[in-house]
Amino acid sequence: MSEGIGARVLRKEDKRFITGKGRYTDDIVEANQAYAAFVRSPHAHARIIAIDTSAAMAIEGVETVLMGPELVADGIGNIICGWGVTSKDGSAMNMGAWSALATDKVRYVGDAVAIVVADSKSIAKLAAEAVVVTYEELPVVVGSVQALAKGAPQLHDNAPGNLIFDWEIGDLAPTDAALATAAHVTEMDITNNRLAPNPMEPRSAIATFNEAEDHYTLYTTSQNPHVARLVLSAFYNVAPEHKLRVIAPDVGGGFGSKIYIYPEEIACLWAAMKSGRSIKWTSDRTEAFLTDAHGRDHVSTAKIGFDKDGMIVGLKVDTKANLGAYMSLFSSAVPTYLYATLLSGQYNIANIYCNVQAVYTNTVPVDAYRGAGRPEACYVIERLMETAAREMGMDPSELRAKNFVTSFPHQTPVIMAYDSGDFAANQKQAQDAADVAGFAARKAEAASRGKLRGLGYSNYIEACGIAPSAAVGSLGAGVGLWESAEVRVNPVGTIEILTGSHSHGQGHETTFAQIVAERFGLPTENIQIVHGDTDKVQFGMGTYGSRSGAVGMSAIVKAMDKVEAKVKKIAAHVLEAGEDDIVIEGGAVKVAGTDKQMLWHEVGLAAYTAHNIPAGMEPGLKESAFYDPTNFTFPAGCYICEVEVDPDTGVTEVVQFVASDDFGTIINPMIVEGQVHGGIAQGIGQAMLENVVYDDAGQQLSASYMDYTMPRADDLPNYSVHHASTTCPGNPLGMKGCGEAGAIGSPPAVINAITDAIGNNNLSMPATPAAVWTALQDVRSKLAAE
Amino acid sequence: MYETNFHKASTAQDAAALLAKSDDGKILAGGQTLIPTMKQRLAAPADLVDLSRAEALRGVTITKRKKMGIMKADGGETITIGAMTTHAEVAGNTELAQVCPVICGLAGNIGDPAVRHRGTIGGSVANNDPAADYPAALLALGATIHTNSRDIAAEDYFKGMFLTALDDMEIITAVSFQAPVVGGYGKFPNPASRYAMAGVFVAKSVDGEVRVSVTGAGDNGVYRHAGLEAALSADWSASAVDAVEVSADGLMSDLHGTAAYRANLIKVMAKRALA
Ligand SMILES: Cc1cc2nc3c(=O)[nH]c(=O)nc-3n(C[C@H](O)[C@H](O)[C@H](O)COP(=O)(O)OP(=O)(O)OC[C@H]3O[C@@H](n4cnc5c(N)ncnc54)[C@H](O)[C@@H]3O)c2cc1C
Repeated sequence: MSEGIGARVLRKEDKRFITGKGRYTDDIVEANQAYAAFVRSPHAHARIIAIDTSAAMAIEGVETVLMGPELVADGIGNIICGWGVTSKDGSAMNMGAWSALATDKVRYVGDAVAIVVADSKSIAKLAAEAVVVTYEELPVVVGSVQALAKGAPQLHDNAPGNLIFDWEIGDLAPTDAALATAAHVTEMDITNNRLAPNPMEPRSAIATFNEAEDHYTLYTTSQNPHVARLVLSAFYNVAPEHKLRVIAPDVGGGFGSKIYIYPEEIACLWAAMKSGRSIKWTSDRTEAFLTDAHGRDHVSTAKIGFDKDGMIVGLKVDTKANLGAYMSLFSSAVPTYLYATLLSGQYNIANIYCNVQAVYTNTVPVDAYRGAGRPEACYVIERLMETAAREMGMDPSELRAKNFVTSFPHQTPVIMAYDSGDFAANQKQAQDAADVAGFAARKAEAASRGKLRGLGYSNYIEACGIAPSAAVGSLGAGVGLWESAEVRVNPVGTIEILTGSHSHGQGHETTFAQIVAERFGLPTENIQIVHGDTDKVQFGMGTYGSRSGAVGMSAIVKAMDKVEAKVKKIAAHVLEAGEDDIVIEGGAVKVAGTDKQMLWHEVGLAAYTAHNIPAGMEPGLKESAFYDPTNFTFPAGCYICEVEVDPDTGVTEVVQFVASDDFGTIINPMIVEGQVHGGIAQGIGQAMLENVVYDDAGQQLSASYMDYTMPRADDLPNYSVHHASTTCPGNPLGMKGCGEAGAIGSPPAVINAITDAIGNNNLSMPATPAAVWTALQDVRSKLAAE
Repeated sequence: MYETNFHKASTAQDAAALLAKSDDGKILAGGQTLIPTMKQRLAAPADLVDLSRAEALRGVTITKRKKMGIMKADGGETITIGAMTTHAEVAGNTELAQVCPVICGLAGNIGDPAVRHRGTIGGSVANNDPAADYPAALLALGATIHTNSRDIAAEDYFKGMFLTALDDMEIITAVSFQAPVVGGYGKFPNPASRYAMAGVFVAKSVDGEVRVSVTGAGDNGVYRHAGLEAALSADWSASAVDAVEVSADGLMSDLHGTAAYRANLIKVMAKRALA
């Protein structure tokens, strides 16, 4: 079947995207639409003394200016973190209050203080500037280590010392004991730099309140409109769920940043009710830097111990996670259950202990960004492995290989139970593709041109398909992480798939149609994917954590199972055959071994006319299913990066990047390769280019593309992408997920390659030319001193 | 962007008259700096006077040194570039490339294609961004900046970052300089903005004078580097640069690199300019 599983079907959605016919939130215009602009704090930490809106209100075209105290008085709830993490002493995490509009204090530059509603965007902006806020500035702290120090400025009264939680996983005493007797211990300080997500489409919302129906509609740039509705309703008290419709139309990328419900959407809904106007707000790029949840920002120390044969005996990690000024929706899960549970990497490690302190600082809230916790874990373990191999004089790939997990299922000491994989196969495939054997010759040739060439590995494993609801529930999640689907076969045989997954670049309209095409032998053009509207789709948990394949598609498969069973019953009845003899093939429903058949659409028609269906059967052909995964899935692979460094300037070129991934079953290799390319681009971005930098006053120095280095095409190599797959036993299609692997696996490969090239392991991300040059100077002065 | 009044001028005189009528008017050339600044609400001119129709301000003229001779790349030709000439026009001018290839190469490496097809030499010189490329060229080439009221030597024109000798109402009409006997430009682009983090322009004039200017690296805009000039006057070669001590004093430190790194870049870019 040319359009089924494994086919490189061109993306159905691209016609509208490439021809500029996409329909994004900002493209939508409601009758009586007004525009919002936000008054934002210019200070990173300050007390609000007074707000004078009179000048703003006097501007013609201004509808209203609304502020925090009124929002609170109207019963709009504080923004919450939906995952409770318990500290090692048993206490609950210290969640500071976060009102959509600040009431008494502002805690980061960009914190929203008031919403201005006006007839045009430009009037709204003018009026926002005319709002006079008197602040009393407070001392500022931006780094997690500094925020934990004695005497640091205090952000929230209920989080003494700015500590949100002090969490641990694994066993401390056996880990310490193993490290104490280890033949070799490698110890490193490891920083995972803060990133801004930068989706191409900035956040946007249009809120409408229909007073006559007492009903709200919100168009928004969301990765999970149902979760948005749930939270807006159950926690923020904006409106009960049945009185609130959330629509996420075409969404131009999210990378995690559009999972969360932000102050702006809440304020727009509330202001729509107060003003009677539909209210549109669209972020500009600067606002996006200042308010979209950032990613990463870990400061860790890590120790790994080996016996005399190079077998790992223990791993101990201490991490300080900067969560910014407030706790965003999943902020607590990222540096805990999505991070420390992956520290075992691809290796057999008997003893692991990790301590994580989550910290408030006067910075933008930090939450999941492509990979979410797993890039941080992969970076820790893969930097350690490469460094340890160098210190012990071993080949880094051999050190890894001898410690590989080789039998499955494998229970790690940090919750995860790996279900499948063949790490050696990925490593071999990557090494062959990268011609590792020829590296020495390439290095020598580069040296003849005055260049330093280096090679680095990263053998990543991550956890996707989040997640078994009961399991995450027991770990503190406030939601279940199943997915739902509905398969509607129309009377003419065409099919609509309603899914709770949400596509914002992933190509669901294509891949989801492919699994249906495969199952029923239909062309993908007869299949329509419907998503992103709480009025159309039953429910859904949305798209993040590479879950739409393993969880979202599994729900579709379950619903298709039910459809197939009913189709067979109808056909058996009409064709007077046994149900077990019915097969579905090439768009027809046949009695096996005979020439008796019904065409697919004839079955559809039979189901809806109901003239001749089995007695007692309900008419129609529409089934739904909820799928709750039984385990995480574990994509894994081996990435090999080769770089050339210009020692005069520190400029580093990625000259080769090889990926061998195990994603389980692949539905559309073209789309999967695209996901890997994009993920690696962001991984190379993190490793070499991107960095959110704050000054001591809490101002973001990197809040525009003049200073925040987004990866550009000429920064990136041609990728060499390969697959060596094992089937995932946990879901019906055998899928593992591919959305984040590139971003998770690549940063350590890049840094391992650069540190190999320059002979100095003391190099942090991003390895900018200046950073690489400085590290080279350090080696030179050390050599000179010796 | 704040609201503004848009005017079109077809000559520099028109433009000057329109500016004179406004309390707070600004020339709009390619808009590659001014429009983003306005969008960020950092500039709010009441009136914009667009020069894009001023044809007389556009184009390159080359006055040959040898009356009858064929053009030779031995320097001394007088090159005049109209203020409204875009970077792409300079980069793609084949006659200019014969007498002063370094200026074409420099222009062809500014920003991206969109910027090069809108951005102008006049706008760049008027703006005097401390990391812009043209200021380095004009300073090292001993250029003259022509305005609607006077001629200003480059030496007297660049006054520190974003500062120039221009009066409020003054309009640049052209820049002119003599083609050097030999010239080169080494630019290290800032990884994010791709403006110069350190750009070094080296030029030897027909009278044998060596000038070396540095953009991007200094903490107060483009400047001439005496040490490099002395070394290259004595010995015009990349190896002469090796012996020069480039101090980090007075250089910029920011999130992209320290002053020490920039000092190193100045040396490396000087050598590449000579290569
Ligand atoms: C993405 C990007 C990348 C860039 N990269 C580089 C780079 O690598 N190197 C580099 O050098 N530059 C770079 N630039 C700047 C670019 O070269 C601009 O063209 C230049 O700075 C301004 O020229 P403009 O014609 O666009 O002037 P405008 O933006 O129209 O005007 C700039 C200023 O000059 C004034 N002005 C303009 N013309 C005149 C005149 N004739 N007389 C008096 N005043 C005048 C205006 O009033 C305004 O104040 C970049 C710009 C962008 C947007």
